[in-house]
Amino acid sequence: MRLLTHNMLSCNIKGVKNGYPLRLEAEKWTEKEVDFNAKFLRGIFPKIDWPALVGSARSFGFNDLLPDEAPDSSLLASDDDLLRRFHHALLEIHVEEGGLVCPETGRRFPINKGIPNLLLHEDEV
Amino acid sequence: MDHTFDANSLNPDMIDKKRSNKLASSKMLSNIAQIRLVSNHPEVYEPCDDSFALVDALLADRTNLLNMQPRFCMEVGSGSGYVIASLAIMLHQGCSGAQYFATDINPHAAETTAATLEAHGVHAEIICTDLASGLGKRLAGMVDVIVVNPPYVPTPDDEVGCKGITSSWAGGENGRKVIDRILPVVHSLLSEKGWLYMVTLTANNPSQICSMMREMGYASRIVVQRSTEEESLHIIKFWREHTEKGSGSSWLSQFPLLSFWRSSGAKESGI
Ligand SMILES: C[S@@+](CC[C@H](N)C(=O)[O-])C[C@H]1O[C@@H](n2cnc3c(N)ncnc32)[C@H](O)[C@@H]1O
Repeated sequence: MRLLTHNMLSCNIKGVKNGYPLRLEAEKWTEKEVDFNAKFLRGIFPKIDWPALVGSARSFGFNDLLPDEAPDSSLLASDDDLLRRFHHALLEIHVEEGGLVCPETGRRFPINKGIPNLLLHEDEV
Repeated sequence: MDHTFDANSLNPDMIDKKRSNKLASSKMLSNIAQIRLVSNHPEVYEPCDDSFALVDALLADRTNLLNMQPRFCMEVGSGSGYVIASLAIMLHQGCSGAQYFATDINPHAAETTAATLEAHGVHAEIICTDLASGLGKRLAGMVDVIVVNPPYVPTPDDEVGCKGITSSWAGGENGRKVIDRILPVVHSLLSEKGWLYMVTLTANNPSQICSMMREMGYASRIVVQRSTEEESLHIIKFWREHTEKGSGSSWLSQFPLLSFWRSSGAKESGI
């Protein structure tokens, strides 16, 4: 699971209001090189929840990879280094084993073999 | 040998070698997934006529897909991964920035999809979930291409959503139980320019599915139609009416071609 996906997932338990972002608990993770595509990155940037991305990157110890505050999108057009860091955080960190924890209920969704499992129990739907 | 870089003097052998090296390195020797590289599991739906028809529909529409330049593509119910791998492979060259998501309710299917993608050297983010549950809030209005080969076989309702392989085909009454839940989910996920490609069976009453989608603002057309001895499959493409005026015929204009729709479906949907 890439951090892009973490950025797009929220707790789906019935009645939960603040189910985002899910807290990332990574037990095993890797970095994999992914083709760099500036157009995709600039296009997706406005859709990314920046604090959630920064927070998830931090959980791997990438403390200085991204600025705390979302950069202005014009900076993304000119600053290639920033764009590459964004690329790395969003697409190149892969969680293999771990979990995603709902901030409201504490429910933990497991991640096994890189696949988050969001299936709910009967009393959660 | 002359080494000046002039297109006319390029050794065709050299070009071929270069190209095949590149393809081989990305494990992509054909333009769709290869059956021998598709993973399997006793509890996971193997690629069948419906899967092949869906991939054929995507291939038939490949030029349009490349022109559209999708950012996010998603398969709901990816099973073996044959379809999403094929989509990723066929768009790989012309649409390099696209990101792929695949969901399945069956954990074995999610893992099988992962193995199939890996064997082909392509990537999709896989989520084990019911339809797109958990993705709906943040991905709403952002997905450009959704493909679905749903469980569409008419069965007793209580067989729907059972564990394992049964959930891959059991569709409840008229095979519509899961399809009818998918449509509103797709509607909320699709971007303004987004397209849905979905497999349906005659017994699902496709004309009524089209009219339900029409009420949500979608036009539709049949991309592939295929009949076997037991079933007649349609791969239908849906798009938001205002975004693609004039491209492709509307669903209404296709009715005269489909006598069975007129006799079975159209009556019930009041057309
Ligand atoms: C007919 S199979 C198609 C598999 C594959 N896409 C293909 O074309 O070969 C339907 C798939 O949908 C999955 N499925 C059934 N109900 C689902 C649901 N509610 N949410 C997600 N996936 C579901 C099944 O597990 C199965 O893998």
